[in-house]
Amino acid sequence: MENIKYIIESLLLVAEDPLTIDRIKNILALAEKKEIQNALAELSSEYENRKGGFFLREVAGGYQIRTRPEYREWIKRLIQPKPLRLSKPALETLAIIAYKQPIIRSDIEHIRGVNCGGILRMLLERKLVRILGRKAIPGRPHIYATTKQFLEVFDLKNLEDLPTPKEISELSNAAFEDMD
Amino acid sequence: MIDMQEELYKVQIDNIFEGPMDLLVHLIKKHEMDIYDIPIALITEQYLEYLQWMKAINIDVAGDFILMASTLTKIKSRLLLPLHEDETDDEDPRLEIVKPLEEYLQMKSAANDLIARNLLGEDTFVRNPNQENHSMDQDGEIIKVGLFELIDAFQTILEKISEHRGVDIITADTISVRDRIVQIVEIFETRKSVTFNELFSMNTDKSEVVVTFLAILEMVRLSLINIVQNTQTGIIRLFYL
Repeated sequence: MENIKYIIESLLLVAEDPLTIDRIKNILALAEKKEIQNALAELSSEYENRKGGFFLREVAGGYQIRTRPEYREWIKRLIQPKPLRLSKPALETLAIIAYKQPIIRSDIEHIRGVNCGGILRMLLERKLVRILGRKAIPGRPHIYATTKQFLEVFDLKNLEDLPTPKEISELSNAAFEDMD
Repeated sequence: MIDMQEELYKVQIDNIFEGPMDLLVHLIKKHEMDIYDIPIALITEQYLEYLQWMKAINIDVAGDFILMASTLTKIKSRLLLPLHEDETDDEDPRLEIVKPLEEYLQMKSAANDLIARNLLGEDTFVRNPNQENHSMDQDGEIIKVGLFELIDAFQTILEKISEHRGVDIITADTISVRDRIVQIVEIFETRKSVTFNELFSMNTDKSEVVVTFLAILEMVRLSLINIVQNTQTGIIRLFYL
């Protein structure tokens, strides 16, 4: 096949969502999975060597060309992104769902010590969280989990990519300081 | 007046609501306590004091806060009971709050780690940014002030006033919260921001101070102002939106 690397590069440029290897394989038809992986790795290291405006990120189970964080201010002069405005309580609720999923509302509220109905609704609306189903216990409460959108927004390959939560003893004073 | 109280309750949940766990973390931080060796008597006392304050400024203290108060009191009383010989390996009653605190702090730190990542729509962008672009509301050097910091600042002001004059002189013409808001808005018409302390400098007695404080809370609820604190100087500043 002609240069598979540049075919993939062109796909990456046009794709709206992170491209999975399976999706690329379907498009290329004849390519082996290994070949695709190699091509992606080569592209990634080319971008790294070049140190240009963008790089290749592995997010939400796929690959995506993204701009380097150092140029964020310039991009914000070009487009005005709508602020995500996640409040601290919302962010904490999201972290609890991310780490403890699948989780029901009463367990989230047990950890936070407060009601989070409003926050959950907001996280659902923003598509950062979804309902997986209902738990087979009295009241049949909803089970919550994070979405693919969550992985994309927070630059995560998959859920295993979430950093291991720190032990309290490891929390530096500085981290404790800016915590509330 | 009943309406007013209902609105204040909303202040708590809409804008500056923080739960009992946050209050505990705030107290532990403030007194530099070790979470594995919490002085229960001190923290219980401090906690109850805060609840009093929240009630004093008409904030309907939610059931969650009361529940935590009773847990703390229970632990305190269990610690006071003498241990029987055969119970020596009983676990520390304080574990009942240490374990949830640990988990809560861990999740708080995980939340901090999440927000520090290269966020899509904030730090990094994709070529087809048709999707909703979000950006985080980060204030750099300044932080949004929570209810507890406000209460702390409010307490300091009240203390200053008590020093000034030992006796409260009854004033006939007390000002309403509504009128006070109008006055504050007038100040904002001439300038963009004002410090928390400045707003109280013209108040001479306690009832006026309380009215001013309630006016500030109400303005936050109505999204008229933003309250931020400079991490360096600790000065609390109000911005007109």
